[in-house]
Amino acid sequence: MNPQLNKNGELQHLLTIEGLPREIILSILDIAAPFTEVAEREVKKVPLLRGKSVFNLFFENSTRTRTTFEIAAKRLSADVINLNINTSSTAKGETLIDTVDNLAAMQADMFIVRHAASGAPYLIAQHLRATGADHIHVVNAGDGRHAHPTQGLLDMYTIRHYKKDFTGLTVAIVGDVLHSRVARSQIHALTTLGVPEVRVIAPKTLLPTEVERMGVRVFNDMREGLRGVDVVMMLRLQNERMNGALLASPQEYFKYYGLTPDKLEQAKPDAIVMHPGPMNRGVEIDSAVADGGQAVILPQVTFGIAVRMAVMSMLAGN
Amino acid sequence: MRIQIINGHAVDAANGLDRRADIFVADGRIVGVGKAPDGFAAEATIDAAGCVVCPGLVDLAARLREPGFEYKATLESEMAAAACGGVTSLACPPDTDPPLDEPGLVEMLKYRARQPGFAHVYPVGALTLGLAGARLTEMAELAEAGCMAFGQAGTVIVDTQVLLRAMQYAATFGFPVWLQAKDPWLGKDGVAHDGEVASRLGLTGIPVIAETVALGTLINLARQTGARLHVTRVSSAAAVDMIAAARAEGLAISCDVAVHHLHLCDRDIGYFNPHARLDPPLRSERDRDALRAGLANGTVDALCSDHTPVDDDGKQAPFAEAESGATALELLLPLTLKWAAEAKVPLAKALARITADPARILGIEAGTLGVGRPADICVFDPVAPVLMTRDRLKSQGKNTPFLGLELTGEVRYTLISGHLAWSAPL
Repeated sequence: MNPQLNKNGELQHLLTIEGLPREIILSILDIAAPFTEVAEREVKKVPLLRGKSVFNLFFENSTRTRTTFEIAAKRLSADVINLNINTSSTAKGETLIDTVDNLAAMQADMFIVRHAASGAPYLIAQHLRATGADHIHVVNAGDGRHAHPTQGLLDMYTIRHYKKDFTGLTVAIVGDVLHSRVARSQIHALTTLGVPEVRVIAPKTLLPTEVERMGVRVFNDMREGLRGVDVVMMLRLQNERMNGALLASPQEYFKYYGLTPDKLEQAKPDAIVMHPGPMNRGVEIDSAVADGGQAVILPQVTFGIAVRMAVMSMLAGN
Repeated sequence: MRIQIINGHAVDAANGLDRRADIFVADGRIVGVGKAPDGFAAEATIDAAGCVVCPGLVDLAARLREPGFEYKATLESEMAAAACGGVTSLACPPDTDPPLDEPGLVEMLKYRARQPGFAHVYPVGALTLGLAGARLTEMAELAEAGCMAFGQAGTVIVDTQVLLRAMQYAATFGFPVWLQAKDPWLGKDGVAHDGEVASRLGLTGIPVIAETVALGTLINLARQTGARLHVTRVSSAAAVDMIAAARAEGLAISCDVAVHHLHLCDRDIGYFNPHARLDPPLRSERDRDALRAGLANGTVDALCSDHTPVDDDGKQAPFAEAESGATALELLLPLTLKWAAEAKVPLAKALARITADPARILGIEAGTLGVGRPADICVFDPVAPVLMTRDRLKSQGKNTPFLGLELTGEVRYTLISGHLAWSAPL
């Protein structure tokens, strides 16, 4: 049983894009479209979540993602409570389950969860079900290397906005796929929406074992991998990966895997360039590309709020 | 006490038994098989109609959690679990707190376990002090205190020079060395088999080479030192092949597999099920099938429970943060029967893997129904359904991937040294 769907097959929690029916993904994108206009109004609010309490449960720091969820919830008129719970595995404090029980007792309606451990939002959703508190919806805002479904959805929104149809596209995902929850969510979303060719481009040290079983074509050579693509999705390279046993140096990485105007020429002339942010200019992407005419990185951020509003309003309605 | 077990189907490959035969017990020993000794007058009778009568199970790895982890389990709770599971002899790994690295601890454990109705406990001593992989333990003293073998439980000796010396020193006295093949660097921080499932779930992987690289080192060192190597918890097809090759070369290497690994694979992690968090990790379906075949053809000598009681807090955590291990003393028999049925392995041969074979590795007088042997006997109904629920489990650890599933094979009676340690409620 898919733990994120209720017995009517509707979205109860958003934990991952894997296994999510295509219709649900498309309807989230459809619901998001009118929400982009809310931001352009003088009063940037709709009353869909009035009286609801949304808890931002961030066990791992992220100002940006937390802020976008906060804005989305506030534009839906919800009350937002932000909790930064820094946990270190050595300092044993309250268990995750205890934290959740306490917050559930405060009559929460929705948990937005970010956690360093893959699967943490599942544990929370399962626990809520086991304790009869599954009227509380869980939204995964990034768990370990596993999933970042709202990022994947906003990326799909962006692609649809610029390319209209998914079924004729070639999409390349470039960079640290191994450690990326974003890449995993993108791959599942793209394959579910019928993109015929999804490529991943990275050195062998940054690719998960058997990644091709997720339905992607693997390229180690960036120029080859970018040839003829419609969409280039760059991934962020974390600082701690740059010098060590995974990569030799940021300079060498940039030379072979950084997106430069020169490498981008391999893609279709109308190809769009995406990045989930925050960017490392001069490491995975050249400023000339990041600020160039093909980049849609800032629209991604704007669409991200609309997509998160769509997810929250859909969950609240189910 | 003189007991007769009548109407049962006696199965004991070591004695060529696979037929209806009554068993007669007196003064803690088996005194007759098939026919009573002259003048035998039973004081008690066990009617084993419809049941299999086999040697009590010998388990090569059962954590009793004493000393140090009494909040997870106690000797009393786990001995009740052993009796209920038909296990009459068990080896306990040294990963207690403190580890079993000094004779006093071993003597205390042996003393505490010496009670009527308790399984025979055979401690595996720590190979290095504190299992820290740096200094050797007083193996000879520990052996006098009751240690049957020496090992590192789930930990690894990183320094191969220390490993060489430890194996040489053990070989000096002829002590067996029980080690898990586990490279300390490959698969570091890993929590699941490095394959499609871990990649998809975003879990840090433990590759098969983490096992085979370390196994290569162990085999080389065994060849060099002449130490009697027993490889614990083999997990991959490649490791089974390496052991078969080492055997073919004439090296005296034995190995075991944990019972979960015969039935489960990495797919059973499902949606991050922490009960499937085990050490070694559940590997691919192909690996699982190779372990089943290896156990059937004898490359893998024995099947053990790798019983590891974990408290609920230890399991109610995200997969990577959950404690590894599963409770299994009470599942060893039903899961062995499930394997035998599925793999079409004759019952006598399947039971040998949890009786005579582990007894041989442990070097103890157990695991057979021979006349004159200790009366460690298990009587079980091979077709009775057993629903694995928290309430049913006598072990303090309620953590098993088989919770809620119906298995087959219920232990009706367990005799330990002729003492009735368990009889199932009717």
